[in-house]
Amino acid sequence: MGKRSVIPFGPQHPVLPEPIHSDRVIEDETVVEAVPSVGFIHRGLEGLVEKRDFNQMTYVAERTCGICSFQHGMGYCEAVEHVFGVEIPRRAKFLRTIWAELGRMHSHLLWLGLLADGFGYENLFYQCWRVREKVLDLQEMTSGGRLIFSVNTIGGVIKDITPEQFAVISDTLNDVEKELYAVLDTFIKDYSVQSRLKGVGILTKEQVHDLGCAGPVARASGVPMDMRRLGYAAYPELDFDPITYEDGDSYSRCLVRIDEVFQSIELIRQAMGKIPDEKELATPVKGNPDGEYFMRVEQPRGEAVYYVKGNGKPNLQRMRIRTPTFANLMGLCEMLKNTKLADVGLLILTIDPCISCTER
Amino acid sequence: MAQVIHPEEIIETIEVDKLLTKVMELKKNHYRISQACAAYVDEKFELSYSFADDETYQYHTLRVVIDTYAEVPSITEIVPAAVFYENEMKEIFGVKIQMISLDYNNKLYRINTTTPLGPKASADKEEEEA
Repeated sequence: MGKRSVIPFGPQHPVLPEPIHSDRVIEDETVVEAVPSVGFIHRGLEGLVEKRDFNQMTYVAERTCGICSFQHGMGYCEAVEHVFGVEIPRRAKFLRTIWAELGRMHSHLLWLGLLADGFGYENLFYQCWRVREKVLDLQEMTSGGRLIFSVNTIGGVIKDITPEQFAVISDTLNDVEKELYAVLDTFIKDYSVQSRLKGVGILTKEQVHDLGCAGPVARASGVPMDMRRLGYAAYPELDFDPITYEDGDSYSRCLVRIDEVFQSIELIRQAMGKIPDEKELATPVKGNPDGEYFMRVEQPRGEAVYYVKGNGKPNLQRMRIRTPTFANLMGLCEMLKNTKLADVGLLILTIDPCISCTER
Repeated sequence: MAQVIHPEEIIETIEVDKLLTKVMELKKNHYRISQACAAYVDEKFELSYSFADDETYQYHTLRVVIDTYAEVPSITEIVPAAVFYENEMKEIFGVKIQMISLDYNNKLYRINTTTPLGPKASADKEEEEA
């Protein structure tokens, strides 16, 4: 047995977009244990239920994270809608689905760019983010905001997408798809990319289950877990299957996200083809929430849980958001074991960590 | 069309001494921990441990209601993935959890306020309002 030493990693590091710290016990160049710690950007958003009523909390939920902003708002609204027992208009369901999938696209492209940057492929990073800009432009065109766009309300949505805008979305998606085939091919086929990702940070199906992992991390290990199958928004009317790979390594996690970008394009096309021509965008909701509900949605990073509990007053008694990164932290600790020191930065990236989500 | 699943969503209220047995039972039935959280309601702690079955998508929440001074056993010996959830409950609400396998000793979030959503903070707030 070699000499063991502890190396601190983070909270500031070139591969980390947000602060997270871990103490790594290493033996020679191999990590034998990793203990993560968070807490650098805790904001206490859940505590705001005491000061903001349940309608205002929609905007608080959206600000949990910039990348999954829309999905946070949607998840919170769906939870409160379940407590009220309201059915939102069909058009609103399709609009939510379109925005949610645009969000998944830009989140995965952001991650692919960061991953490329992490293994030193800067040109690939630029290309991913260049294409991502087109998705952000679509979000801006349809909602007025590039990332946080506040279109959700309890009972539906407050903005519509016009037929002209649908035409622009359709044309842009065709362009994006064409460009992505060229850009993402590099991730799939390039020798240097494969050498950094293949066989690194393996999580087995059993480990994923035991450690409570979610999203692309779980699907890359062959667990077909996808909360969109629970039938919220317009997903019951769309045709899709969870994307899974079996190897459970960093390369599989990359492939899952690549396939999901194309799957999102396909889902948006399906949704645009089936969206009903209705004027009503939101069902009026009267009174205050009285009851509780656990809502699960599939964010780009995986299963997110929204728990709301109300007692008939404007302020909720409890609002809790369990984000996917929070669920994947234990998986990260496990995948870091027995890996080389040089791979640690990249491995942290492969769970697509969102620390502002995690700490709320 | 996508295969849509409408799972059963159960909230089962149990006594604190049944917690570990129930958690063990769910683990044996191949449930994954999905979340755990606390709430401070009517001067008591309401703890929710939610487990999901990834094949049937069933969602089973174990609810334990305890007095604020009462102690609750950690489930991390059975479900190691509960470490962060239990540390959060302890730090943010002040739930007295015994034997967490990796106890951050109220330093998970590095906050200055003691139990910001727990009883003490609520009492301070009421005093402030008065």
